[in-house]
Amino acid sequence: MPNVEHPAYPAADLLHLEGLVPCRESQVSMLLSLFGERQQFSFPSIFIYGHTSSGKTYVMKTLLTTLQLPHVFVNCVEYFTSRLLLEEILTQLQSCPSGTEQTSPVRCDTLNDFVRLFKQALASQELQDQTLYIVLDRAEQLREMEPNILPAFLRLQELTDRNVTVILLSEIVWELFRPNIGCFEPFTMYFPDYSIGHLQKILSQNHPPEYSADFYAAYINILLGVFYMVCRDLKELRHLAALNFAKYCEPVVRGEANERDTRKLWKNIEPHLKKAMQTVYLREISSSQWERLQHDGGEPGQLKGLSAHTHVELPYYSKFLLIAAYLASYNPVRTDKRFFLKHHGKIRKTNFMKKHEKTSNHLLGPKPFPLDRLLAILYSIVDNRVAPTANIFSQITSLVTLQLLSMVGQNDQLDGPRYKCTVSLDFIRAIARTVNFDIIKYLYDFL
Amino acid sequence: MSTCSVSKGCFVFKPSTKKRRLSDKTAHDFRCTSNDSEDTELRFVTCQSLWNQIKSETEQIQENLNKQLLDNLVSFLSRSHSDFQEKTTDWTCRMKFREIPTAALVLGVNVTDHDLTFRGLSDVLQDNITPYVALLEAKDCPGIKNLMQKLMGQLMKCDIDVDSLEDEDCVQVSQNRIRCSMPSLISWYDSVTKKTNSETPSKKRNSSSRHWQSPPVVVIFKDMESFTTKVLQDFIVISSQHIHELPLVLIFGIATSPMIIHRLLPHSVSSLLCIELFQSLSCKEHLSTIIDKLLLTSQFPFKLGEKVLQVLINIFLYHDFSVQNFIKGFQLCIVEHFYSQPLSVLCCHLADIKKRVYSLSHDQCESIRRLPSFRRYVEKQESGKQIELLTNNSFLKEETEKLLGDLHVYHENYVRILRCLHVFTSSLPKYPLGKQIRELHCACLENRVWETEEYESSLQLARMLNKTDLVTMLQQCVEILMSSSGKEFDRAVEKLKEFLTQFQNLEAEASQERDVSVSPQKELQKKTDLYHLQKTLLELKESRRSKKLTKFEMLRFEVVDYIDSLVRRYLAPADERALHEIVYFNGAAVLRGHLNAAPRTALHTALNSPHWYLKNQALRCDGGGISNKAPDICIVYKLHLECGRLINLVDWLEAFSTVVMAAEEPNADAASSDQVDDVIHARFIRAVSELELLGFIKPSKQKTDHVARLTWGGC
Repeated sequence: MPNVEHPAYPAADLLHLEGLVPCRESQVSMLLSLFGERQQFSFPSIFIYGHTSSGKTYVMKTLLTTLQLPHVFVNCVEYFTSRLLLEEILTQLQSCPSGTEQTSPVRCDTLNDFVRLFKQALASQELQDQTLYIVLDRAEQLREMEPNILPAFLRLQELTDRNVTVILLSEIVWELFRPNIGCFEPFTMYFPDYSIGHLQKILSQNHPPEYSADFYAAYINILLGVFYMVCRDLKELRHLAALNFAKYCEPVVRGEANERDTRKLWKNIEPHLKKAMQTVYLREISSSQWERLQHDGGEPGQLKGLSAHTHVELPYYSKFLLIAAYLASYNPVRTDKRFFLKHHGKIRKTNFMKKHEKTSNHLLGPKPFPLDRLLAILYSIVDNRVAPTANIFSQITSLVTLQLLSMVGQNDQLDGPRYKCTVSLDFIRAIARTVNFDIIKYLYDFL
Repeated sequence: MSTCSVSKGCFVFKPSTKKRRLSDKTAHDFRCTSNDSEDTELRFVTCQSLWNQIKSETEQIQENLNKQLLDNLVSFLSRSHSDFQEKTTDWTCRMKFREIPTAALVLGVNVTDHDLTFRGLSDVLQDNITPYVALLEAKDCPGIKNLMQKLMGQLMKCDIDVDSLEDEDCVQVSQNRIRCSMPSLISWYDSVTKKTNSETPSKKRNSSSRHWQSPPVVVIFKDMESFTTKVLQDFIVISSQHIHELPLVLIFGIATSPMIIHRLLPHSVSSLLCIELFQSLSCKEHLSTIIDKLLLTSQFPFKLGEKVLQVLINIFLYHDFSVQNFIKGFQLCIVEHFYSQPLSVLCCHLADIKKRVYSLSHDQCESIRRLPSFRRYVEKQESGKQIELLTNNSFLKEETEKLLGDLHVYHENYVRILRCLHVFTSSLPKYPLGKQIRELHCACLENRVWETEEYESSLQLARMLNKTDLVTMLQQCVEILMSSSGKEFDRAVEKLKEFLTQFQNLEAEASQERDVSVSPQKELQKKTDLYHLQKTLLELKESRRSKKLTKFEMLRFEVVDYIDSLVRRYLAPADERALHEIVYFNGAAVLRGHLNAAPRTALHTALNSPHWYLKNQALRCDGGGISNKAPDICIVYKLHLECGRLINLVDWLEAFSTVVMAAEEPNADAASSDQVDDVIHARFIRAVSELELLGFIKPSKQKTDHVARLTWGGC
C-alpha cells in the first residue's frame, strides 16, 4: 500500500518516487495534491522552508523529474543578479522539454521583458496545456536583488496569465521575506528535520555492493551514535560514513572478526570516529589527508591541524604597535596616565573606578581609539626613541589589511582615523612574550 | 591602473611611451654631477652591469628557495583531481562528497614579497600542470560579480595566448557579451579541452606531455585576509555545485595564520573544501641567504659599509620583513655609490682594474690623493715614497692598482675567517656576538672586534667548550678554509688539522686519566660524618685549583688562541684599509632619508623653520619668535602650536594680524588697528585652509568659531 497516491499519475511512477524519497512521503503527497493534474492551474507560488539538508532541493528535483513535469530549476546564489537569473530561466525554458542544445542567448534586462519573452517561449514550446514549475533554490538571495523581483515572482501566474507555479526554497522563514509594501502571500510549507531514525534509514539505504545491508546499517548506527550530537547534516554524515568505512571493515578484511561481531567492530571503530570528529569534521585536516593517514596506519597526531599554526611572525615595531593597540582598546582612557606616566602616584582601583567600569573590559570587547592615542602609547612602551617615519604609519595600515586591527568609520581616514584591535588575549600575550613585555601589568582588567 | 599611494585622490597617469629612452636619460643624469663625460658613461655602464649581475643572482636564489614549496604544491595539484581524470565509479567515490581541493599557502606577513612568489607559482603551474591559472586580488573583487568577471577574463584570455592566431576570430568575444556565470565558464572549459583533444596527433603529444587531458583550473586568491566573507562564501558555494563539471582548485594566499580560514568561512562553507596547508620559508631565513650570497662573497666588487648595512637590516627587522625592499635598498646603495663617488669607476672586477687605473686622468689622481684613507696610508710611508706618491701620477697608479688588489684579497680572506669565527660564536650559550652571521659581520665592520667586551666573553666561553663540539667546529673550519682557491690558508688548514689529530691522540690517553680522577670521589663516598666530609671537600677544591691543566685543556687553549690570532690578522675593519672608499658605500644618512622618510618631521621643519628648505637666511629667527617675513602658513602654524585642543578662530586671526602688521606699518594709527584689513583676513583664511588640507586642524562642532587641533605637542 503506497503512502503517496494521486489519480493523475500512474501508480508505478509513484511507487518508484516513494522509494527515492524516504521519510518525506507526507510532504510529497501534500505537494502532489497542491499540483493537481498536469493541465490544472496550481497555487501561484509555494514557499518551502526547512533547516539545512532537510531534503528540500532533493525532493523537489526528484519529484519533478520522475513525474516528468515541465520545470525550470535555478539556484539564486549562482545567478547573483536579477538579469542573470531571468536570462537563465529563459534559456532553460527554451531547452526545457526536448533537452536540445541551447539556442541563441537571450537578453533580458527587466521583468517587463521577462514577462514578454516568457510568454513567447511558452507559446513556442507548446506548454500551454501543462503547468510549468519554476523552482528558485536559496530564495533568500532574491531579497538582495531589485525590490520588484520577489513580489513579481510570487504573482507570476497573474502577470503572465499562463499556467505557471513558482516554488521558492529557503532555509529561513517566510516572515523574513515579506516586503514592507506587502505582496501576494505564497502557500508556505515546512520540511521538518530528519530524526535520528530517519537518518539511519536514509544512510543505510545505499550500502556498498561488497557488504550486506545489515552490516552497513550496524556501521551507520555506530556512526550516528558518535556524530549525531554535533552534526545532523545528511550530506556531511554521508561523507563521514564513506571516509571511515574502510577502517570499520579492516578487522573483517584481515579475518579477525566476522560481519556479525559487532562488539569487536565497535571497539575498533569508536576511538577512530572520535578522532575524526576532532579533526576531519572541523576541517582541521583535509579528508584526503585523513584517508592517506588511514591508509598508512599513521597517527593523526603527526599531522598538525590548521589551528595549530597560530603563531604569526611580525616585525619588531609591528609587535609594539599591536600591543599598543591592544592596550588602547581594552584600557579606559583615564587610566593611561596611571600606566604610562612616571610619577603617577598610587591610585586605588576601588576608588578610581566608576561604576560601569567594574565589568571587565575583556567581556565588553575592544573599544575604538584614535590614532594619536595609539602613537602616544607606542612611544611610551618602546624603550628607545621611535621616529614617526612613514614606515611606522604604513605598518598600521598593513596591520589593518592583515585584519589584526580594524578601522572604525571608513570615511574619516585623513583627519582622525579610529581603530580597534581585533586580536585575542592569548595572541597578544604570545606576541608580548617575544619582545619581553609584560602586558598583563599594563592591563586595567588584571590590576 | 593602480598607485601605491595610501591616500585617496586623483592621480595622473602619463602614457609610458618613453620607456626606451629611459636608460639614456639616466646616463645623462649621472653626467650632470661631473664635467668628465667619458668617465660618467663608464660609471653608469659599470653600475648597470653590476646591478644586472646582482639581480640575476637574487632571482636565482629566490627560485631555489621557493623550489621546495612549489614542488609540494605541484604534487598536490596533480593529485587533487586524479579521480576527475579516471572517472571512477567506485562506491566510496560516489558516496563521498566532492570537496574542492584547496591549498592554504602561508606566506608570512611580508606582503610585498608575495607577488614574486605568486608569479613564480603561476609560471610553474603553467609549465607543468595547467594553462588555466587565474590570480585574483581582493581589491578587484568587491562583489561576486566582479570576481567572476575578473576570473573569466583571465582564464579566457590565457586561452587566446595558448591558441595560435589562426582561430582568433571565433575566440575573440568581448567580455561584455559573455555572461559572467558558471555555466558559460563550464561550456568554455568543455570547448577548450575538447579542442585540445581533437587536435592533430603530433600536436597532441606535445601538449599532453605538459598537461593532461582535462587540466584543472587553478584560482589563486592572493590576499585571503582582505577578501570579504560574502564574496568568498558565494564563490565557494557556486563552484562546489559545479565541481563535477569543472575541475577547480583553489589556492589561498595567507599572510597571518591559517586560522583566518575558519574566521572568514562558516562551517557550512569550509566543509565544502578539502584544505591542505603549505608553508613558505620564513623571511628571516630568506634574508640570511640573501646576505650570505650577496654580501659575504667576493663575487661582487661593491660592498656595504657597517652603518648602511645596519640601516637596511633595521628597516627589515623593525618595519617590514620584506626581502624585496631589502634588495631595493641594496640597489639604491649601488646607484647612490656610483652616482656620488667619482672614483667608483674603479669599483669593478679585478680583471678590469689594471686597464681602468691606467686610464685615470690627472684630476682623478688628485681625488685619489684627497681620499682620507689614502692620506693616512701616505703618512705611514717613508718620505721618499711619500713625495713620489703625491707628485708622480704613474707611480700613484701603480700603487693604486696594488692597493686595490690588496683590498680584494683582504675581502676574500675576511669572508673565510668570518665564517670560521661564526662557527664558534653561533654555538656559544647566550650568543654574545650574535646568532646570525650578519650580526657578526656588522660587529667586525664597525671596529676592531677583538677589542670589544663581547668578543672577550665569547673567547672565555669558547675556552669551556667540550671536546666533541670543538672537534666538529674545527672540522667545519677546515672545510671552509679548504674551499678557498688561494694558498693563503694552507698553513692555517695544516695547523687546524694538526689540532684535530692531537685531539684524536688524546682519546687514547683519556682512559688512563679517568682512572686517576675516579679515586678521590670513591674516597668521598666512604666518609659519612659532616666534619670529614667538609674537610675532604675543601681539600678537593684546593687540589683542583692548583692542579695542572690536563692535556685536553692545554690543547683547547691553544686552539682558541690560534683562532684569536687568525681573527686579529684577518678581521680588521675595512675602514682601516687604504682606498676603502672606492669599494665601500657609507652614505647611511642619505639612505635613511630615502628609505625611512619621516614626513611628519619634515613637515614640521618646513613650517616651523622655513629657512631650512627655502635657503633664505632672512627667514631665520631665533628664540622662538615669529618672523613676519615667513610665508603665511608658517606664521599660522607657529601660532597654532601655542593653542590647546580647540582653537578660537578670532583670537587666531587677531594674533596673525598682529604678527603681520608688526613690520609693515609700525606706526599705524590706532583706529585702523581695531579693524583687521581685508587682505590680511583673506590671507589668514587661505593659510588656515591650507593647514586644514595638510591635516593639522579640522572644523569642530563642539564650539562655534573654533577648530580642533589634530596633532598634539607644541612649542
